[in-house]
Amino acid sequence: MAILTKEEAKKIIDKVLAFSKADEISVGLSGDRSGNIRYARNSVSTSGETTDLSLSVTSVFGKKSGTATINEFDDASLEKTVRRAEEIAQLAPDNPEYMAMLGPQNYQETQTFSESTAAINPNFRAQAAFNSIDPCVKKDLTAAGFLQDSAGFTATGNNKGLFGYNKSTSVDFSITVRTADGKGSGYATRDYNDASKLDTKSATEIAMQKALASANTKALEPGKYTVILEPTAGVDLLQNMMRSMDARNADEGRSFLGKKGGGTRLGEKLFDERVTIYSDPMNLEIPSSSFSGDGRPQEKVAWIENGVVKNMYYSRFWAQKQGVKATPPPSGFIFQGGTESLADLIKGTEKGILVTRFWYIRAVDPQTLLYTGLTRDGTFYIENGQIKYPVKNFRFNESPVIMLNNLEAIGKPVRASGNLIPPLKIRDFTFTSLSDAV
Amino acid sequence: MSGMGIGALMLPSVPVIGCTVSAEHLLEPWMDAPAKKKLTEIALNAAKSKGATYTDVRIGRYLQQYLFTREKQVQNIVNAESYGIGIRVIANGTWGFSATSDVTPDGIAKCAATAVEIAKANSKFQKEPVVLAEQKGVGDKTWKTPIVKNAFEIPIREKIDLLMNVNNKALDGGASFVTSNLFFVNEQKYFASSDGSFIDQDIHRIWPTFTVTVTDKAAGKFKTRDAISSPMGMGYEYLDGIAAEKIAGPNGLVGYRNSYDMIEDAVTAAKQAKEKIAAKTVQAGKYDLVLDPNHLGLTIHESVGHPTELDRVLGYEANYAGTSFATLDKWQSKNFAYGSKLVNIVADKTQAQTLGAVGFDDEGVPCKEWDIIKDGILVNYQAIRDQVKIIGEKESHGCCYADNWNSVQFQRMPNISLKPAAEKRSVMDMIKGVEKGIYIIGRGSYSIDQQRYNFQFGGQVFYEIKNGELAGMLDDVAYQSNTQEFWNSCAQLCDKDDYRTFGSFFDGKGQPGQVSAVSHGSSTTRFNGVNVINTGRKI
Repeated sequence: MAILTKEEAKKIIDKVLAFSKADEISVGLSGDRSGNIRYARNSVSTSGETTDLSLSVTSVFGKKSGTATINEFDDASLEKTVRRAEEIAQLAPDNPEYMAMLGPQNYQETQTFSESTAAINPNFRAQAAFNSIDPCVKKDLTAAGFLQDSAGFTATGNNKGLFGYNKSTSVDFSITVRTADGKGSGYATRDYNDASKLDTKSATEIAMQKALASANTKALEPGKYTVILEPTAGVDLLQNMMRSMDARNADEGRSFLGKKGGGTRLGEKLFDERVTIYSDPMNLEIPSSSFSGDGRPQEKVAWIENGVVKNMYYSRFWAQKQGVKATPPPSGFIFQGGTESLADLIKGTEKGILVTRFWYIRAVDPQTLLYTGLTRDGTFYIENGQIKYPVKNFRFNESPVIMLNNLEAIGKPVRASGNLIPPLKIRDFTFTSLSDAV
Repeated sequence: MSGMGIGALMLPSVPVIGCTVSAEHLLEPWMDAPAKKKLTEIALNAAKSKGATYTDVRIGRYLQQYLFTREKQVQNIVNAESYGIGIRVIANGTWGFSATSDVTPDGIAKCAATAVEIAKANSKFQKEPVVLAEQKGVGDKTWKTPIVKNAFEIPIREKIDLLMNVNNKALDGGASFVTSNLFFVNEQKYFASSDGSFIDQDIHRIWPTFTVTVTDKAAGKFKTRDAISSPMGMGYEYLDGIAAEKIAGPNGLVGYRNSYDMIEDAVTAAKQAKEKIAAKTVQAGKYDLVLDPNHLGLTIHESVGHPTELDRVLGYEANYAGTSFATLDKWQSKNFAYGSKLVNIVADKTQAQTLGAVGFDDEGVPCKEWDIIKDGILVNYQAIRDQVKIIGEKESHGCCYADNWNSVQFQRMPNISLKPAAEKRSVMDMIKGVEKGIYIIGRGSYSIDQQRYNFQFGGQVFYEIKNGELAGMLDDVAYQSNTQEFWNSCAQLCDKDDYRTFGSFFDGKGQPGQVSAVSHGSSTTRFNGVNVINTGRKI
């Protein structure tokens, strides 16, 4: 019973709203059934399944707000939770940035739910793990992987007439394959709303191939190289940049979008003109909820268009203060790409380095969005359009802003961690040292 | 992974578990020990009757109170409670785990049956049966963090007043922005096992912190300075700011031992953030580094703590955090020089006022101290009951932990600390001997590879050392090194009077991820000839 229908959810929310004595009340109701299986050394180490259904009530008096949550649903418990939220609100200090709750909104219906994912059971997970472990055992390779699936819903409502409901599913799979001597390591990851698209065997085969091909590396001197970043490598740096597009930080002069002399870089061309990044909850490959946590509708938004910063995201308070539309941050983004495959990009590269993924990425300087991190699980030298040999892992120090100015080519986007990311060919990517890690 | 730093730029998303409740509710007593014992006995009997050969049960109530402010306003106050029961069994030689918030006799019996079912289902994949190191039952035991003031009993108003005072002092001192936070955790957990242990523990942790930001709009620049507090296994008394616990450093700098003056630090932070705006950019090259304990703790955590976790060494974390360069053959050789002869690193779960200190771990093993690196040589790992046999030991190290009743316990890092020098030496003495160096204070950017060879660390403040004296602040500093090379460049340690702990409050590990809290003690330490890079860029 963790996944309530729209009608069931509305009934509970309406009941909770009726208990309210506060100026404003909003109710969040969510539930899910989630499961996972983890394996290492070619054997399952842990697996489990949990169900959860919980209700959160926020009551407001003037500019004081209080929140209480509960996971019991009898009338007495619901009423008690409303009273508790009201008590907490009465004791809270005024929030000068409090914004009155939103009234009714129009939300689009997005395709975030898949029956095949909702039907996952322990046997599915065990089979998925077996399909990944078995080919590794046969080739004397070692598999370590993790599969996590979830099916759930979120509903929100308030006493101003707002109501939203979204049902969604997700499955995330990652696999690391290592050679028996520990000299080679490969990785692959997949994420979908629809589990019928997941094939753990084929993903594992890519990781196996990379593990075998990455043994016996040569060391290249650190320095500036042309790189091809697979989507799994590019996604984290790009995601970090997109999460730094908060308007308030830019206005306050503490963001990469802050401008010398004051103001922001909105409208400036900061990137190569081929860079266009947008979000769209209706996209069928990365569908997401059509409302944000505070009830604002999620719409299609262009963040960067032809290299120009087109939008930043706002809290409702800051948008009102600045007199602009309160665009919420998106849940995933789409980097508009071309038609070339990863193989095409490799073919077109005279000298370069193919990066499977980056690891332990941390901000070094928020002013320039400089990040450091390392290559991992398959780094290869490319010459004359061909992968020549595996190379030792590198540490990089690079900013996605600089990287997207040094763009050579953009491939066809694929889904990575809930975003659509193309493989990217970048010149002068900065590697600062070598790592002995495999 | 060293968990999360609290970023300057947004309301931090920190792990909150359980339901939000009122502050008063956090003080309400829960079940007494005999009532908990009765419930655990239901689980032990139910699991045994279904075929478990070993069972442990954890009934836990986990309380959290987090306060978030910025400048003149309170952003959020979170009071959360989570309670339930987690049951772990061995059946058919395989682990099974199940947890429920239904803490009734029926709910517990069902949960125990599910744990056995999962163990039996997973046993089909098992290659080798689980073998536990022996642990004699300890009977009925209790352990409490020796706190002076229970942070949950301090009125919210007093805490907000403190944070507002911190913010105001920072703003008066020239800060453009300031965020400040208080984190309090109380774990009330009862452990029972089929070995005959019934252990009631009451564990407290505290972390006060802030970030001060100074902007220079004309230049389009901003700099931040985070608090140099440490999370501690203490009560609210940590915030007393006792003068005797302050350690005087060079040029009027102050370090805090087991008592923290948050307001004083906020004033210093504003001053230092302003200095950072005008600081000279570092020239890349080799420097002798003088590392303050509030900085060195994170380097110890990442380059010694994680690589010596036996589960990582064996490959259980290969798909996430990675494996380790500190392989079994290096340990077996008995001559792997992890560091110079000065490097003595101990693991412990007993040091008072630290985050790791408890009476017993989450497998019911009494806590202790043991050597990890002795006179520079790798001598041991961190291991729990189902692992110690691999390193030829008969007794678990007692470092098993689960972050909640519904998480399965696994090997987690104990306190990992660098012993101070036996001979007398202050920070000033140390700096006097450095010709070309950098003195680094505070936790900054950090990154390390998946086998813990190559790392890069930043800090909060950097002072150039020229001919034995501090010569002003530097900016854009990060050092890169290789773990073994770095620890072998350890050239000098300060004495015990300078010894302090650093802590990580939300250290992450595992899939699905769990957090844990851990301290790292050290005195100020010198490392010779470390590679420093310049991180300044233009966009």
